[in-house]
Amino acid sequence: MARPISHLPGFTPIAMAVFAALYLPLVILVFYSFNAGEDLAHWEGFGLHWFAKAWENDQVKDSTIRSLWLAAVAAVISTVVATMAALGTTRRARFKGQTFIYVMINQPLMVPEIVTAVALLIFFAWFKVTLGYQGMGYLVLAHSAFCIPFAYLPIRARLESMDLTLETAAADLYATPFATFRRVTFPLLLPGILAGMMLAFVTSLDDVVITVFVKSAGQDTLPTYMLGQIRRQVSTEVYAISTMLLGLTVVMLVAFMALTRKKD
Amino acid sequence: MSGAPLSGPSQAEAALAAKTVRGGWLLSLPALVLLAVAAVGPLLIMVVYSFLLPGEYGNVEWGFSFDAWTGILFTRDVFDDTLRLEDAHLSILLRSVNLSLLTTIFTFAVGFPTAWFIATRPQRQRALWLFLITIPFWTNLLIRTLAINEIIRAEGLLNNILIGLGLIDQPLQIIYTDTAVFIGMTYVYLPLMVLPLFAAIDRFDMRLLEAGYDLYATRFQVLRRIIVPVVKPGIIAGSILVFVPALGAYVTPRILGGGKQMMIGNFIELQFGQGRNWPLGAALSVTLLVIVTAALLVYVRFANREVRHG
Repeated sequence: MARPISHLPGFTPIAMAVFAALYLPLVILVFYSFNAGEDLAHWEGFGLHWFAKAWENDQVKDSTIRSLWLAAVAAVISTVVATMAALGTTRRARFKGQTFIYVMINQPLMVPEIVTAVALLIFFAWFKVTLGYQGMGYLVLAHSAFCIPFAYLPIRARLESMDLTLETAAADLYATPFATFRRVTFPLLLPGILAGMMLAFVTSLDDVVITVFVKSAGQDTLPTYMLGQIRRQVSTEVYAISTMLLGLTVVMLVAFMALTRKKD
Repeated sequence: MSGAPLSGPSQAEAALAAKTVRGGWLLSLPALVLLAVAAVGPLLIMVVYSFLLPGEYGNVEWGFSFDAWTGILFTRDVFDDTLRLEDAHLSILLRSVNLSLLTTIFTFAVGFPTAWFIATRPQRQRALWLFLITIPFWTNLLIRTLAINEIIRAEGLLNNILIGLGLIDQPLQIIYTDTAVFIGMTYVYLPLMVLPLFAAIDRFDMRLLEAGYDLYATRFQVLRRIIVPVVKPGIIAGSILVFVPALGAYVTPRILGGGKQMMIGNFIELQFGQGRNWPLGAALSVTLLVIVTAALLVYVRFANREVRHG
């Protein structure tokens, strides 16, 4: 497709500048996280000092474990309900109310995070007072809900690219609907489900705003811990944590790409 | 939306069609319930809260009042009870809209050439360039804001380079200004502009350019009269994807604006913290929601019209 006719003067240099501008700050952040010195402003040689320091910090360890646990639980819940919804809204005749279901599912993508965060704060504050329950349940509920569209979209895309031939064949051979699902639909859909689960996991892991407003005392996740630290003073420790999170994101993305790659 | 049946009608398919409606709803039910409880329902309760009175220590007092709504733009005079325009609130709202518009325009200005560049690469390279846009997109917003903070802070790279070149002798105070918030938002929301633009340009038929040039159109005419009209849905999608989160931005202005250069998002948070005015916070959130919904409706109308005429 690279025809010279598509050339527009100045576009390539701008694109190069954009890629440089996107990556330079991230590269510098990662670079500084390996600073051996105490002071953020001066480079004093390469060292893993700050990674070790972050690792020894109990607050970092706790919030990391909490973040990963929350992301895993939210990813599983949102993927299960999103898979069901995707099966319910694809590959069948259009029915009344389908648009309503789409709007509901995509709602978290359309409403600004701060608005959802405030609404949840108001709503959950009421439960926290009347029930006296302050546990992780609120965060699990909130995260599971806003992860749904991220899980739903890749699953639906996968379903739409699968034709019904194999399933009709199974049904014609007197397989029960459940057997058809378990033996035919599910294995074919699995890459989509895993891709959706990964996006949901990353989405939950990245969330700052909703978590800040919903969490009770002592429920810091890694991003809210970082935000708290930054409010006081940006430290190299935060850079080290950022580098680790960035690494995790890239690994998840590569896995996602491998799962959704079209075989052609 | 539903896939067209590819095989001929069979018993199973007939049964499938009959069960469609009920099955569709039943399967979607768990997701709908979860979203109703932890997303949509709370929004409705928030609307109710915007008509209540603020409690002394936060939360609300049960009593009907329009105060929160008038409080968005006006302040009641203590002495003669008249309403005056509240300049501080007005400037926060205007700053939010201005910065979000600027961010949208600038991300488009640099995002369009970038998307064009990616879409015109050979198939193999294209996936790689696209992946390079996707990584920042999925990287934690906080990390990206920190990264841009590192560049523009007083002792950061930008100031060091400018001083090194002898262009300035004192570091520029960029951080904690509107400029910092603008730079930060442009940086973090750029991928949201490039991705839909790429999707639109990717479907663009390059033969149209040939036709244009054959008819002696200049490059600029081709850009303005052929490319822009055809990829317009992508331009609108990208603009909304940038404008909506920019208008509701919280993290980026919080870190780069330093708490002084507030945007609506930070102003809302303030009402639930030191401000202790939950109804005002709720009213501001509803306002933000209405603006965003209006923008989305404009998009939906436009996108539908494109489909019908295109």
